[in-house]
Amino acid sequence: MITAAAFYIFAFVLIAAATMVVTSRNPVHSVLFLILAFFNAAALMLIAGAEFLAMILVIVYVGAVAVLFLFVVMMLDIDFARLREGFQRYLPIGGVVGLILLLELALVIGTWTTATEASDLRLAPNPGGGVSNTKALGQILYTDYVYLFQIAGLVLLVAMIGAIVLTHRRRPGTKRQDVAAQIARSGSVNLEQVPTGVGIGELGIRRPTLPEAPKPKQVEHADHHGGHH
Amino acid sequence: MGQRLNRDWMTMTEPMLAEYFPILVFLGIAGAIALAMVGGSLLLARQKPYPEKLSAYECGFEPFDDTRRRFDVRFYLVAILFIIFDLEVAFLFPWAVALGQIGWFGFLSMMGFLTVLTFGFVYEWRKGALDWE
Repeated sequence: MITAAAFYIFAFVLIAAATMVVTSRNPVHSVLFLILAFFNAAALMLIAGAEFLAMILVIVYVGAVAVLFLFVVMMLDIDFARLREGFQRYLPIGGVVGLILLLELALVIGTWTTATEASDLRLAPNPGGGVSNTKALGQILYTDYVYLFQIAGLVLLVAMIGAIVLTHRRRPGTKRQDVAAQIARSGSVNLEQVPTGVGIGELGIRRPTLPEAPKPKQVEHADHHGGHH
Repeated sequence: MGQRLNRDWMTMTEPMLAEYFPILVFLGIAGAIALAMVGGSLLLARQKPYPEKLSAYECGFEPFDDTRRRFDVRFYLVAILFIIFDLEVAFLFPWAVALGQIGWFGFLSMMGFLTVLTFGFVYEWRKGALDWE
């Protein structure tokens, strides 16, 4: 009973938050509603028994992806007046793109068939017998689905390299510490052994002549200009 | 069939969900407190809005530009690299839990995954993406 009530509450808040993500004017509010939607989706996954996915949703999506979205929103420097300005001009091409997407969605959903065993699998996140969801995932992910797992690693590698290639650049004029170059440096600093005690007893030590002490400048007291003070 | 499955599912997930019941209670309490605060001030306080209340303080000045500043793209790079290693760690959790069952093959599978990402890490380090300048 409580489970069903919680399901409907979380589902309702999820859909409401998702609607607000699309319709809200301020992009920062959109991101905050997206975070709310993530939390509710995590609660729904928990109700369905997918405990691990629920926690990963909170950690990865709320903890990292939402922060990334906030960075993007902050970086874009959106000018709302300029955004609405081009609405009329971009309406035809935007409408065409939207129509194509709608047609594709209709084609996909029109030919949708569910597998016969899907209804059995849908509500069976755990194999039963006291095996937790996390353990059930671990038992098949690294052995039965090893190729997909390795591909996931490669996708992460591509994402890492792509992000570095796209955004990282050395800026001229900034100084950074290169530890290896510091340690490997030689030749520019010499250590020399100077004979000690050579100058003792010698009267005529040559010293650099001291430069003449600058005389105090003569201050003219004649107040020609008047009103300096 | 559906009825039986439904019952099976309930018997499987109910004990797990029962552990999360306190969180639901906390959510309810938090929502009730928030509602009570906002609703209480809405009901009890005197509402008298006028435009002067929203204007800048009398000896202040109008803001020169938008509150939202543009960030350096380097923050974004750090966030992306964080997400990637976050996901890598997320893959480690089920592996650690199920390591007893999946044997050497599962162990080596994870080692291959980690090797691939270690190459990425070395690249990142050599490229200087971890230095802030």
